[in-house]
Amino acid sequence: MIRFRDVAVRYARASSRALDGVSFDVAVSGVTGVAGPNGSGKSTLVRALIRRQPLESGSIELAGDSIISLSQREIARRVAVAPQREEAAFPTTVREYASLGRYPRLGLWESAGKSDEVAVERALERAGVSDLADRRTDELSGGEWQRVRIARALAQEGRALVLDEPTTFLDLSHEMSLFELLHSLAAEGLAVLVVSHQLNLLARFARDVVILDRGKVAAHGSPDEVMSAPLLESVYGWPLVVSRDPATGSPALVPLRRPSPPPPSSPSES
Amino acid sequence: MSHRGWHWIVGITLFVVLCIVAVGTGPIPIAPRDVVNALFGRGEQAVVAIIRELRLPRVVLASLIGAGLGMSGGALQGSLRNGLAEPYLLGVSGGAAVGAVVALALGLNADAAVSLAAFAGAGVAVVLALVVARAAGRGGRGDPRTLLMAGVVIGAFANAVIMIALANAPPNTIRGALWWMMGSAGDASWSSVAALAISISIGGGVLLVLARDIDVLALGEEPAAALGVDVDRSARTVFLVSALLASATVAAAGLVGFVGLIVPHIVRAGGIRRHRPLLAGAALVGASLVVAADLAARTLRPPAELPLGAVTAVLGVPFFLSQLRRAT
Repeated sequence: MIRFRDVAVRYARASSRALDGVSFDVAVSGVTGVAGPNGSGKSTLVRALIRRQPLESGSIELAGDSIISLSQREIARRVAVAPQREEAAFPTTVREYASLGRYPRLGLWESAGKSDEVAVERALERAGVSDLADRRTDELSGGEWQRVRIARALAQEGRALVLDEPTTFLDLSHEMSLFELLHSLAAEGLAVLVVSHQLNLLARFARDVVILDRGKVAAHGSPDEVMSAPLLESVYGWPLVVSRDPATGSPALVPLRRPSPPPPSSPSES
Repeated sequence: MSHRGWHWIVGITLFVVLCIVAVGTGPIPIAPRDVVNALFGRGEQAVVAIIRELRLPRVVLASLIGAGLGMSGGALQGSLRNGLAEPYLLGVSGGAAVGAVVALALGLNADAAVSLAAFAGAGVAVVLALVVARAAGRGGRGDPRTLLMAGVVIGAFANAVIMIALANAPPNTIRGALWWMMGSAGDASWSSVAALAISISIGGGVLLVLARDIDVLALGEEPAAALGVDVDRSARTVFLVSALLASATVAAAGLVGFVGLIVPHIVRAGGIRRHRPLLAGAALVGASLVVAADLAARTLRPPAELPLGAVTAVLGVPFFLSQLRRAT
């Protein structure tokens, strides 16, 4: 559904590339996870997908067409992206906020009709926020807010869904329920791409994981293939071990404490 | 009828009543019934002439100024994602004032010359703000904050230029410049009304068409792009059209402060968030505010007139503060 091919991006006045030859596919009916250290190019990938960052070389395809050949609106009809940075200026109701997801599907003179209302209600329900529909967006908790953002993306009715750090500020149960939601959306046929620092969650829910390191793909494959201690140690520059989730057997990463310096020797009597 | 529907009916009714009262009020008071008759050309010829040639153009001009400034402010606050954004803050007032003062200092006292110079000054300031913001912004892009900064700085620069220009000017020029900067609908004529009406219809129409883009731009640059807006082009168009709309009002009546800033907040406090109804509401509330302010400006201390720009602020700010309490 989404295909990154040799994607290279260089920011103005930067000496090295933010993305350098990144290639992978995001298939329908599955979750693809992208992880990597801070500054490895994860968010740049999302910015490039919505054309906020021009490609130096390579291409990004949506359902077979290069994003260069598509209008901004057509990109938004094919893929719903919830970027990391969002600073809404004026609070509104959850329902109005979610209905902004219909923007790419409405013509200039067309006003929202019955089918748009139905799509918005369905999106609210699917994201589990129907009961919040009349609340103001500035009164939501972190977990509710992330779900409302997903509702807006679902209202776009694209075949692909891209989320950048959807679990920032979320507690354990909200994190888990959000990933369960993404997993079931993928099971219904969506192509889901999640950019996240939560490697353990990606390992449990994603079909494919891409590890980025300084703009390059350091590893790409199933969680079992990618979650290797030597590889992740070198990418993150931190000692760690990979164990197993006791229930599902999926790999789980445990970062280690640095070996503590030897305790100061106690004064000996002899 | 929905809750919102009543807002509109009440708003439009109040505006119409206000206009009839404003047209009827003056050195020769005219009863509302006679006002309505005179508008249709019935009644005493003298009354018909006073209303059609003197008072009506003034009230219509005041409405257009308010509508233009209200829409301009609403569009700028949304697209720049900042409740403090307004056309005057972005260099419109400073640039227009420089234009007008320069024209007055050069001895060009004709209204048309001053208007034209003000419009040109505003245009130059706004384009300059845009160019400065693009040059300073990351990757050559106009960041909303950079744009606001550029506007504020250009406005401050314009004020300095005005003070230097007026420092050794003859008292007549200073008085003329000061009056112009305080704003007045007193010179209204059907030709000035027609010129402003054309600008407001075109500019306001473009903003209403772009209103849905503004809804999305208000979410931020990246979410807007993700939802399919051509962010740079849309934001630039909204900025230029809003600024030109405000410049047209400045050319017609000088500086009328605070309308662009407070009117959109008043409309938002009424629960309207989408920019198409918000801009329409800002036009209505802005028109009502300026008609009321102009009425106060010419009746509170007759026969002298108070500066319109100051009266809008005196009327608007307390109302704004009361709404602010309600909104938060």
